[in-house]
Amino acid sequence: MNLIAVSNLTKSYFGDDVETPVLRGVSFEIARGEFAAIMGPSGSGKSTLLHILGFLDAATGGEYRFDGKTMDDYSPDEIARVRNEKMGFVFQAFNLLPRATVLENVKLPLLYSTVKESEWNGRAMKAIEAVGLGHRAHYRASQLSGGEKQRVAIARALVNDPQIIFADEPTGNLDSKSGQQVMEILQKLNEEGHTIILITHETYTAQNAQRIIKILDGKVESDEVVNHRRAANHFIK
Amino acid sequence: MTFKHSFTTALKGVGTHKSRSALTILGIVIGITSIILIMSLGQGAQDLILNQIQGMGSKTIVVIPGREPKGPSDAAQVFSDSLKERDLEALKRKTNVPTLGAIMPLVFGGDTGIYGGETYRLTIFGSTDLIAKIFDIAVSEGSFFTEEDVKGRADVVVIGSKVKEELFGSGEALGKKIKIKNRSLRVVGVLAKKGQVSFFNFDEAALIPYTTAQQYIFGIKYFHRFIVEAEEEAMIAQTVGDIERTLRNEHDITNPEKDDFFVETQADLAARLSTVTDVLTLFLVSVAAISLVVGGIGIMNIMLVSVTERTREIGLRKALGATDGNILTQFLLEAIMLTGVGGAIGIMLGGAFSFAASVVLTRVFELAWVFTLPFSAVAIGVAVATGVGLVFGIYPARQASRKSPMEALRYE
Ligand SMILES: Nc1ncnc2c1ncn2[C@@H]1O[C@H](COP(=O)(O)OP(=O)(O)OP(=O)(O)O)[C@@H](O)[C@H]1O
Ligand SMILES: [Mg+2]
Repeated sequence: MNLIAVSNLTKSYFGDDVETPVLRGVSFEIARGEFAAIMGPSGSGKSTLLHILGFLDAATGGEYRFDGKTMDDYSPDEIARVRNEKMGFVFQAFNLLPRATVLENVKLPLLYSTVKESEWNGRAMKAIEAVGLGHRAHYRASQLSGGEKQRVAIARALVNDPQIIFADEPTGNLDSKSGQQVMEILQKLNEEGHTIILITHETYTAQNAQRIIKILDGKVESDEVVNHRRAANHFIK
Repeated sequence: MTFKHSFTTALKGVGTHKSRSALTILGIVIGITSIILIMSLGQGAQDLILNQIQGMGSKTIVVIPGREPKGPSDAAQVFSDSLKERDLEALKRKTNVPTLGAIMPLVFGGDTGIYGGETYRLTIFGSTDLIAKIFDIAVSEGSFFTEEDVKGRADVVVIGSKVKEELFGSGEALGKKIKIKNRSLRVVGVLAKKGQVSFFNFDEAALIPYTTAQQYIFGIKYFHRFIVEAEEEAMIAQTVGDIERTLRNEHDITNPEKDDFFVETQADLAARLSTVTDVLTLFLVSVAAISLVVGGIGIMNIMLVSVTERTREIGLRKALGATDGNILTQFLLEAIMLTGVGGAIGIMLGGAFSFAASVVLTRVFELAWVFTLPFSAVAIGVAVATGVGLVFGIYPARQASRKSPMEALRYE
């Protein structure tokens, strides 16, 4: 069973009785350990798709199975639990708590988890070191550069050791050098067994993935493997 | 998520916007301050009144003409002339009330006292020489009038210290004659300064034999009060019973419902007055409670703004695994923390103001006021403050918890 199975997925927004179809029947599957990039022009529905994949929003039609289960198989609290334990999110706008320290930001998912409090600092520090920010652990998030902020966001996505990391244009607000650093970290995480879904509209960023799914007008325009590097099977989460 | 972490999360949320939080709780602070102040002053006033009543002696029994008032608005003016000389004689008889220690009839009223060009509004008490003992007052110059003066309707008067000051200034008062109702009364004594005793201020009083007062000043043949002292405190109930029986007998009353007098002990009086101050305190507290509602709406308003402002934070927390319940708890706790802190500050401020008031009342107004901060006031303050947080925080907290994580993340 693949980790992600999307079949004929549709999504429309309803505002003032007007239906705005955004996704018009999307189908694909993503295996455990894959690193897939989703590309498409602005407004094509990439973020919409990612929100559905991340159980942050419900589809209008079609079916989406994560790890074999649909959103309807869970209660709202169980969905929160799945997001907490199995998924990690990285957003274009970083979404850190600006006044909290790096360490506090990274610990945030642990707050909502079942992980024992005695392990929190150790886990968070490990994640912070994994993105190369050990020396910044006690800085406030607002004191960091854009690239550093995004690495903190990755550490936060990582701290609960999720199966999959969703990254929505993580390099969109960064210069090419810090963008490249972020991509290297995502590469490394993929090699360590995390499945990664990356949204980007930059071709050179998408080249870091093994597979590129192009979306146009709410449909899959193309879906091709560009890179055969894969995580060794025994690592896969 | 453990409660401890909900708590620290909420604490950080409140602490992040310190000046806003401070402004938010202002309404609560003011409301709780007023409640504490009112309850504390109410208790102080009650204690003061009770102490003064006890100043009249716990063996004292008061017989009052008229029907016993059935409620606060019942004026009980019927039969107000029902206590007569005959009743006084009957009560004095040992066979009727064997445990009676002393009895003093009392008539009183207000009138103007004139000396030379000076006038002063007096409280006139017509009684016997027992008044000194019963109200624990003493003369600083001269002496009280005597039993002979009472029997002979003598035109003599004992004046309060304030009366002397107003009518005679620093001059001599003893032996001078003051005019009340065109009757010339010779000053035989001046009272030592005493201040308020029970409900009377003897500094502003003129004490004269009751016979003189009845005949020449008030022109009445009845009494306003009999003040009775039982021989022992333990005999009060028995004395009251004997007084009632004697008077019913004198007045030909068989049905106690038809009594044209009533008897009040110091304990009764204390209980009645406590009810009055309690009702007054409750009323004022309810008025202050309105300010708490206003304060609560202020909290709700700011919490709603805060929820909107922090939409992205809410979306983020949900994306990271927070349940609706986690978010609800966080925002509700923030509201309760705000009102709780407001309540704590209000309790301290209310206590401080009440203490300051007690200092002013004792130093400036020379009242025997004792500062009290009733535990019930503190308990009510804490309970009401957190209650307001709960009631007015629940709506914004629900709004926060219901936000869809996706909508919240997209929010600009
Ligand atoms: N809540 C909403 N209500 C109505 N329409 C919406 C809503 N959210 C998104 N849309 C519309 O759905 C379409 C797809 O939006 P989406 O954010 O998924 O695009 P995107 O591919 O991520 O674009 P970009 O590259 O600019 O981020 C857009 O036309 C947008 O206006
Ligand atoms: Mg987008």
